[in-house]
Amino acid sequence: MKTRTSLLLGSLSAALVAFALTSPRVVAADKVDPVADAKAFQHFFFQKFPDVKHEDFVNGPYSMNADLKRQWQEKEEFPPYEFALDAGKEMFSTPFKNGKTYADCFPNGGIGIRQNYPYFDEKDGKVVTLELALNRCREANGEPPYSYVKDEMASLTAYMAFTSRGKPMDIKIPDDPRALEAFENGKRYFYTRRGQLNFSCASCHVQSPGERIRAEILAPALGILNAMPIYRSEWSGMGTTSRRFVTCNSQTRAVPLEPQSDEYRDVEYYLSYVANGLPISGPGARP
Amino acid sequence: MKRSLPLAMLLALCLAPNARAANEADYKAAYAAAEAASKEATGLRNQWTVTVQALTAAKKAADGGDFDRATAAAKEAEALAKASIFQANTEKEAWKAMEIR
Repeated sequence: MKTRTSLLLGSLSAALVAFALTSPRVVAADKVDPVADAKAFQHFFFQKFPDVKHEDFVNGPYSMNADLKRQWQEKEEFPPYEFALDAGKEMFSTPFKNGKTYADCFPNGGIGIRQNYPYFDEKDGKVVTLELALNRCREANGEPPYSYVKDEMASLTAYMAFTSRGKPMDIKIPDDPRALEAFENGKRYFYTRRGQLNFSCASCHVQSPGERIRAEILAPALGILNAMPIYRSEWSGMGTTSRRFVTCNSQTRAVPLEPQSDEYRDVEYYLSYVANGLPISGPGARP
Repeated sequence: MKRSLPLAMLLALCLAPNARAANEADYKAAYAAAEAASKEATGLRNQWTVTVQALTAAKKAADGGDFDRATAAAKEAEALAKASIFQANTEKEAWKAMEIR
């Protein structure tokens, strides 16, 4: 009887110890911890591709394939985004009808600030992307908003990115539960499978970077937004971050959300934050 | 031979109702079910392009008076919409398995 009792007590204590050891991990896993997430995210890619220089991840597929990289380097002598860059520079300095310019809407006159976008607006309780901030600037000055997916918006963001080239991505998450929620929502969006093809963003850009999907080489998720906006040969033109999300959704046979929807803004916040420290390389060119 | 003839006739009779051509009422019922499922998928922010295409094809066929094709397309749309709803509900938790930790 004594042996039985001591065996029972022993098992009970072992179970309690096991529970005590595992339960804090469960709590920790459910807690939103952007710093730990970013560290794990970067570590994953650095381990998976030990030969790729950290700052090279922002060059997307070119960091994954030497032949493609050589072609791109040659193309960079006469980059296909140059026309958009020139147009963006001119648009940026052309005054609105009220005499003000974009420079009046942004810190440092809008020069060299791309690395700080998107940011969390504590007043609105929402993420503000550069594209959104540009259209808000236009509307505040009595101008109609631009399409979020191409042309003028791509030109403007191309110019602003160019003035920030080489600056490390520097996204802040304020001590605000709504900011943490936006980060977490962005993370969820990134990993959630959607569309008839049952793909998440991560299916291509975490599980398969460097692999081919038809004729294309998939870019790593790390630093994928640092090159935005991009000229894509596939599009025969420029495209914004919004355009990239929309086309990614369509390719999985999911109906895209409206550009600058909360989900897209949050996933941009998440992806930009986990790329903190990597340089801005936009505007970029992609096959 | 004598035994197989009545059997074949019986089989033909059994299958006859299934082979009936769809009418407008069949199409309308199928389309309403598909539309309801599709709206639910949209509400979950997980609509599929193929669902929308199947719904459009159903409507187009019905407008042309081809209720067989219209009903089949509407049923396909409903099945696709239900799959997207299942996906959205499953992914509420399943996404965590993919996360880099």
